[in-house]
Parts: sequence; structure tokens; C-alpha cells
Amino acid sequence: MQAENKYENPYDVSRFPNENGHFGPYGGRYVAETLMPALIELEEAFHKFFPDPAFQTEFKELSKNYTGRPTPLFYAERLSRYLQGARIYLKREDLVHTGAHKINNTLGQTLLARWMGKKKIIAETGAGQHGVATATTAAFFGMACKIFMGVEDIRRQAPNVHRMELLGAEVVPVDSGTGTLKDAMNEAIRYWVAQVRDTYYVIGSVAGPHPYPHMVREFQKIIGEEVYRQVLDCTGRLPELLVACVGGGSNAMGLFYPFLNEPVDMLGAEAAGFGIASGKHAATLCAGNLGVLHGSKSYLLQDEYGQIKEAHSVSAGLDYPGVGPEHALLKDFKRVSYVAIDDDEALEAFHLLCKKEGIIPALESSHAVAAAMLEAKKRGPEEIIVVNLSGRGDKDLGIVTSA
Amino acid sequence: MNRIDNKFQELKANHQAALVGFVTAGDPDIETSQKIIETMCDNGVDILELGVPFSDPTADGPVIQRSSTRSLQHGVYMKDVLEMTRKLRKNSQVPVILFSYYNPIMAYGATEFYKDALNAGADGLLVVDLPSEEADELIGKWDSDRFSFIRLVAPTTPKKRMASITANASGFLYLVSKTGVTGSEGLDTTDIRRHTELLRSVTALPICVGFGISSPEHVSAISQFADGVVIGSAFERMIEENLDSPDLPAMMGVMTAEFKKATMMAL
Repeated sequence: MQAENKYENPYDVSRFPNENGHFGPYGGRYVAETLMPALIELEEAFHKFFPDPAFQTEFKELSKNYTGRPTPLFYAERLSRYLQGARIYLKREDLVHTGAHKINNTLGQTLLARWMGKKKIIAETGAGQHGVATATTAAFFGMACKIFMGVEDIRRQAPNVHRMELLGAEVVPVDSGTGTLKDAMNEAIRYWVAQVRDTYYVIGSVAGPHPYPHMVREFQKIIGEEVYRQVLDCTGRLPELLVACVGGGSNAMGLFYPFLNEPVDMLGAEAAGFGIASGKHAATLCAGNLGVLHGSKSYLLQDEYGQIKEAHSVSAGLDYPGVGPEHALLKDFKRVSYVAIDDDEALEAFHLLCKKEGIIPALESSHAVAAAMLEAKKRGPEEIIVVNLSGRGDKDLGIVTSA
Repeated sequence: MNRIDNKFQELKANHQAALVGFVTAGDPDIETSQKIIETMCDNGVDILELGVPFSDPTADGPVIQRSSTRSLQHGVYMKDVLEMTRKLRKNSQVPVILFSYYNPIMAYGATEFYKDALNAGADGLLVVDLPSEEADELIGKWDSDRFSFIRLVAPTTPKKRMASITANASGFLYLVSKTGVTGSEGLDTTDIRRHTELLRSVTALPICVGFGISSPEHVSAISQFADGVVIGSAFERMIEENLDSPDLPAMMGVMTAEFKKATMMAL
């Protein structure tokens, strides 16, 4: 009975972003003037090429035969039975080429860069998944590629550094700040300001200045579109709940977006690190407040003086003090709920999924699995939960064995 | 007439370009920094740009990044920068522009900031990461005759966009000399001249050129066609190389005088 009123005033997907890239009070373009003409050029190119049938054909063909789409929607029966609650389905983004959903976006953006006539690609990376995906599509299209990566992340995600180098990319170590994703993004922005005339910057999440949050969502929404069809095929109905992890928030936006106008609950799992009370976490929506970083207005982890705080998570891909602006608006609308999952809970979910289903999830995705497990226990087997298993965990074996 | 307009009128009458000097407030520490800005003002700086330290200065090169980090380590925040301005204003009428990223201003509160900056005697604000499209939310209610919002024009800015940026501008325009961050190498004065002239064709406001200008020779060359030259990283490099020297303020005074001399050869 409550369910009927709950979606009375749904988040109207057609309204956001507006023409200036604002998602309500969030988003926008907070960048140096040097970059503004490039962002305007990018926005125009995206609007021109993305709807072009020839672009769509190329994107879809490569998504199918190169990326390996559609990915399966898998009923995790053993995990569900163990939890004695709702039925958990896993969207297997870990099975795509390069092992994470990131390639949906890098394929789209690198293709766009090529249509724009750009020859050089740069990107920032945290866990290295976005870096590997960018290096991959840059190699595929024969473009020069530089990846900015924090020294701490280079240390904890060494296998991905090797992969990027094998793919012909130059990995630029960033030692400012804590040497993590935020610092890598600072340095990528600085490099872009200098080389903006011939360089395309592939931002890896639904963050950064307009048009990135919009554009990345468009390239990632294929996840949710597939789930929509697959869950109807498997079960004959829509699920009760969607769950995804949220760092910048691209895999979550990709899953959630096609369901926003449907009566489906959504849950974003942020990283609570050592726990929110410890101050060492990356739960931006759960514990941050309004600010501007890396070109957009959103929730941030910051002190009272507007200085950005260092984030912490066992998962390098969630270790970021900001979050995509559309998530900030979805939180305000109460259309999506956000919870914080700490390092221990994520590791426990990681091990459980390995043992019960024979699937090694990325530590990022393990946060979503952990949140889904908590929800599943509260619900009966008649309910369906879809979890975005955004990436595979091979890259995390070093961390998991030492944790 | 406000201090900025006054200053440019006076310089024009004397055939000089403006020396705009940037330092990060609170570097190397708040007391020395206060002495530094006072000495700079006594030695010929025409407009002082006081940098508000920020944890993630994406428009700045390594020199200003490190200066920002040093100031933050001493706990220097917006309120302290305003206090430094207030103290300076007791003995000096040199116009002061606060140079900041947007987030520290948002955290301070836009309305509070405007009130407190005016009270402290600041004359304007430059926000590196707040382009024209987003600026109204901050400056919509400001009186631009009393407090200037200094707009940036980049080498990538097309003429049409220059016109829309300058339409609501006041004080002066800050022309970025080249694509890149502050303090980077490789200055092309022919290119800068071309951009200055392009910008001049759409505005009557004074034009100051900044980013990567590090020697009196550069200053002298740019003073031939621009109304002012901004020196930032070169001053910060001097601070960084003499962090513990008791003579640092005096050295900054000498350096300021040298740069000022180079602006006097304007046509």
C-alpha cells in the first residue's frame, strides 16, 4: 500500500541535466577558463555524434564483439539460500573484456575521440580498472595514451600497472597528496590544461565537469537496459531492489538509470573504510556535504574551511572524496538510498562470494554484495535483488591475502 | 572611484604597466607572509594578489602547489587571509585581489565572504575554477563598483566568448598567457601580443597578462602592449628557496623593485 505512494513524484529522468549541465543544484562546469572551450566542443561533439546511427552501429557492434556484451544476469542461488532471504541476481560486468564495467565508457569515449579527430588520450585511474580499459581502447584505435595514477595505487594495484604498460600506455606516477585517485585526477586536469588543443581526457566516472556525468551515464546505461530485459526474461517481473557500489558512481548510474521511473528501490553502497566514526572512509554521500571539486558541484569530504579530506577504503576504486552530481540529486530526491559498508564487511562479502558461487569479485563490487546481503536477510525469497557485480577481483588478490 | 580603477588611471598617466604580484597568504608562515606583502607594497607592487591556500589547486604548477601546502600546514584559511588584508590596509592603499579556488569560498559562505572581504579592505576576487557560466550564483548580488570579480580569458577563448566574458567584467581582465598551469615554461610574447590585441578589440578594461612570466625581461616585453603583468611563481620560488632566511621579506622587496622597474618602460 505504501509502495503506491512512494513513487508518486518520481525522479523525472528527462529533466537532468539541464543545458548547463546542472542536476538541480549539482553538476555544472567549475573549471579554469582554458578548459571551457574544450568542454563546450566536447558537449557539441557528443550531441552530434552519439545519436548518429553510424556511431551507434559501431558502438553496438564493438560492445558485442569486442567488449563481450550482453553480460549474463546470474541467479546466485547458493548465496541466496545461505542467506535465507531474498533471491540475489548478479549482473556479471566482471565478465566483460578487461574485467570491469569501465570499458563500456572508455569504448564510447575513445570512439567519440576518434570521431572528433583527436589522436591523444589521457585518463586518471584509481584501482587501475579505468586505466586498463582506457589503455585497451586506445590501443584498439591506435591512439597515444597516458594514464595518471597515484603512487599508493600503483603500489597496491601493481598487476594493473603492468597491464597498462603491456597495452602501450605510459603510466604517469602522481606523488602529491596521498597518491590516490583524487591526486591522479588533479594531475590529469593539470596536464589537460596544458595539452587541451589536441588531447582528449577520458574521465572514468559520472563525475567531473559537464558533459562527463551525462555522457558517462549514457555510455554505462547499457548495464541497466540489459538487466531490465534479462530480469523480465528470467522472472517475468521487475526486481524489488537494485544494488551497486558508489565511488564516483558510474556502475551504479549505469544500472539505476533505466529503472528510475519504475517502482524499483535502489541502494548505493559507499565505502565506510575503517568506519565513518573513524574519519577514515570514502562515504561521501553518507557523511559529506556540498562543495566543488574536479569541475563539478556535489557532495564532498571536506573540513569546515573547504579543504578536501583524504578518503580511505580498502578498495582503491572507491577511495575518492567526491561523488557524481546525479547521485547527489538522487539522494536529495530520496530516489536512491545510500549506505556505507566498511572494509571488514566488504572483505567478508568478498570471501563469501568466492566460496559460495565460485566468483572472485572486485573489492569495489564486494561493497555492493555486502549491502545486498544485509538487505536480503531482511526480505523473503519472493523478493528479487539485482546486484551489479561491476568487476572481477584478480587485481585485489595481493590486498586480500595481506588483509 | 575605487582603488583598482584609480590605480590604472594613475599608471596610464605615468606610462607604466601595472605590476601585479601574487603570493600565497601564509607562506612560509603567517607573520613572515604579512611582512612580505607589506614590503612588496612598499617596493612598487601596484596590485597585490593574495592567494587563498587550497588542498587541490588544479590550475597551479608545483611551485604554487607547494606554497599552498606549506600555508595549510600552518593552518592558514580564508579568515586568516582576510585578517592579513585588514592589517595591510592600515598602512597601504595598494589594491588587493583575493585569488582563490571556489570551494574555500563556498565553505565560508558567499554572502559572509562578500561582507567580510569588503570590510577587510579587499578590492576584488579572482576564482580560478569559476567560469562566467557559473559565476552568477556567487556574484549575482555584488556591487561591482565596490568589489570587482576579476574574469579570466584564456588563449583557447574564442573572440565571441571573450565578448560574453567581458560584458559583465569590472576592474581588469586577467589574460592567461598560455595553455597550462601557473609557473610553466615557454613564453611566446608574439602569441600573447596577438591575444592581447584580440581581447582589446572587445573591451575597454585594462588587460593584465599572467602565467609563466618569470623575468624582468618578460615583464618589459609584455609591458609594451599590456596594461599589467602578473608575477606569481617567480615570487613563490624566492620564498621557497629562502624559507628560513630572516632576510626573506627584504629579498622580496628587492625583487619587487626590479620587476616594477621593468614595467616603467611601457610606451
